[in-house]
Amino acid sequence: MIVKELIQMRRDRMTFAIMFGLPILQMLLFGFVINSDPRHLPTAVLLADNGPEARTLLSGLKNSTYFDFVRLVGTEQEGRSLLTRGEVQFVVNIPQSFSHDLLRGDKPAILLEADATDPIATSGGAGALGNIIHSAFQADFVGPLGFLAPAAESIDIRVHSLYNPEANTAYNIVPGLMGVVLTMTMVMITALAITREYERGTMENLLSMPLRASEVLVGKITPYVIVGYVQVGIILCVSRFLFKVPIHGNLLLLLLAALFFIAANLALGITFSTVARNQLQAMQMAMFVILPSILLSGFMFPFRGMPWWAQILGEILPITHFLRIARGVMLKGIGFADIGRELWPIMLFAGITLIVAVKRYRQTLD
Amino acid sequence: MVTENKLVVDVHRMTKRFGNRTVVNKIDLQVEEGEIFGFLGPNGSGKTTFIRMLCGLLRADEGNGTCLGHDVIKESEIIKEQVGYMTQKFSFYEDLSIAENLDFVGRIYGVRNRREAVQQSLERLGLKERQQQLAGSLSGGWKQRLALAACLIHQPKLLLLDEPTAGVDPKARRDFWEQIQELAGQGLTFLITTHYMDEAERCNRLAYIAYGNLLIRGAVDEVIAYTHLNSWAVSGPELQKLAHELREQPGVEQAVAFGNSLHVSGSDPRALEEAIAPYREGGYKWKQVPSGLEDAFIHLMDASKDSFPS
Repeated sequence: MIVKELIQMRRDRMTFAIMFGLPILQMLLFGFVINSDPRHLPTAVLLADNGPEARTLLSGLKNSTYFDFVRLVGTEQEGRSLLTRGEVQFVVNIPQSFSHDLLRGDKPAILLEADATDPIATSGGAGALGNIIHSAFQADFVGPLGFLAPAAESIDIRVHSLYNPEANTAYNIVPGLMGVVLTMTMVMITALAITREYERGTMENLLSMPLRASEVLVGKITPYVIVGYVQVGIILCVSRFLFKVPIHGNLLLLLLAALFFIAANLALGITFSTVARNQLQAMQMAMFVILPSILLSGFMFPFRGMPWWAQILGEILPITHFLRIARGVMLKGIGFADIGRELWPIMLFAGITLIVAVKRYRQTLD
Repeated sequence: MVTENKLVVDVHRMTKRFGNRTVVNKIDLQVEEGEIFGFLGPNGSGKTTFIRMLCGLLRADEGNGTCLGHDVIKESEIIKEQVGYMTQKFSFYEDLSIAENLDFVGRIYGVRNRREAVQQSLERLGLKERQQQLAGSLSGGWKQRLALAACLIHQPKLLLLDEPTAGVDPKARRDFWEQIQELAGQGLTFLITTHYMDEAERCNRLAYIAYGNLLIRGAVDEVIAYTHLNSWAVSGPELQKLAHELREQPGVEQAVAFGNSLHVSGSDPRALEEAIAPYREGGYKWKQVPSGLEDAFIHLMDASKDSFPS
């Protein structure tokens, strides 16, 4: 019995490969990607003061490695819109006459606006702010300026957690969960779709009928779009009424994005289905995508905390973009113009996988 | 033999290789309209592969010809619309009901008045009361009837049946053949593979293929005559022992038990008579009998083994 199992295992190369590949993939992902204290978060600066102390402050922030200054903005609105689009995680607002007020001991305020849709991503930087400022001015506040030390007490540090002020993780998880659930079920269901026909012997019959590849594929996919929408509906209801997650944006916009996202997942599943030789293989391939989808998309761990290669992988996955859309629409209330940026990668992904599926789909039994 | 009847299948040098194994080797075949053409041969001889090439399920590596007047290589999509193909294994949806299966097939072929066609088909099947039953719960015989009904729903002109009666009881088989003969009378053409000799005898013409080669084709009596077999039937004591001894004799090709008698046959009449001469005595009763189709096929199968090893 044991010998028979081992022989069969060896015959099924694909399963064999996956059995060894999956643990390695998991180790890599969990080992390298998980980072609950992300650094180098993109930050915009609204600098209304040009004094040396403001400069010291900025270089202190930069040296902390939490903040990477990517933009200089002129107005508060500009900073806010960068946050809304998710282009920056923080906006540091240094008011006019900051240096002047500081030296006079007037306790000027600096404002750190943070995109708190993902509380984990923001908490590190925001939490360390006091210490960072303290050490930034340590060298300066000696001698006559010694009265200003410790700096953290001479500056009024204000942190605004936008979009999710209570740092409620449910706000972050629930929209993301929509993406994960859709990926899991959609990819899995369709991955089995064509292999099942082969395994039950019905494929021979199907192929002997006058059906085009595209007709078979579209016929296989369409019913599950409806299933996907039912799932979206359930998740939205639960998140709204049980977890009290707000929906600030346009619900129709979210549903539109969901359509493309569902289509992308179904296309991926059906592609697996045309490649796999049996249902087990199809399932394993689906697992190979589902795992990174959970880990690399920013669902579980802050996207910006991941190493660059993981971010690139994540950008390929449609769920990463859908997650941004879902969080953006529900928590930030972003509009159509803002989601376009995230929508096209999903469409591209769906298009490419669908082409692969049509190409891979065999019209004959050869 | 060839009349001015329309040829439904007319293919030449059809060849299919899987890797470097030639499964179907340059087969020519002509089937006339309204004919029931039997396709025989041992397991793995290439019957199924040949049929699959005809209906576009497999691409032929070589060969050309027409099926229903359309190019068998280039126009398989058109051919598919007019051909009914019944697979060896039941290949409809076991988790759909009888009516749903028929309806599905009807939709795919774009059958006009689909509902009516399905209802008529159910009535003909005698399954009207059980139409909601799941196809998976049907017995072998009923599954086969359902499969045939499904193949007929788009009113094809040619039916390709691949071992349609495997595992079906004799009564159901007889009903099945009656239906086929009736349909053939209406002008439908059949290409049927089978292992049953009684079914082969019901065909208008036969072809025998082994190891991918077409060995012979013709009507039943032509096939038998072609082999030049002579057969004797013998009854008496200890037939098993006799059979063993006879098989060792030159001139005897087959010694097969049929109930209480033994069929002994060989293609050289004189050698055969010499071989059985020593056993004329000892309570054995010998009688010359006409050779059957089965004798002929076993002869062909043995002969082909020599000319096409493996």
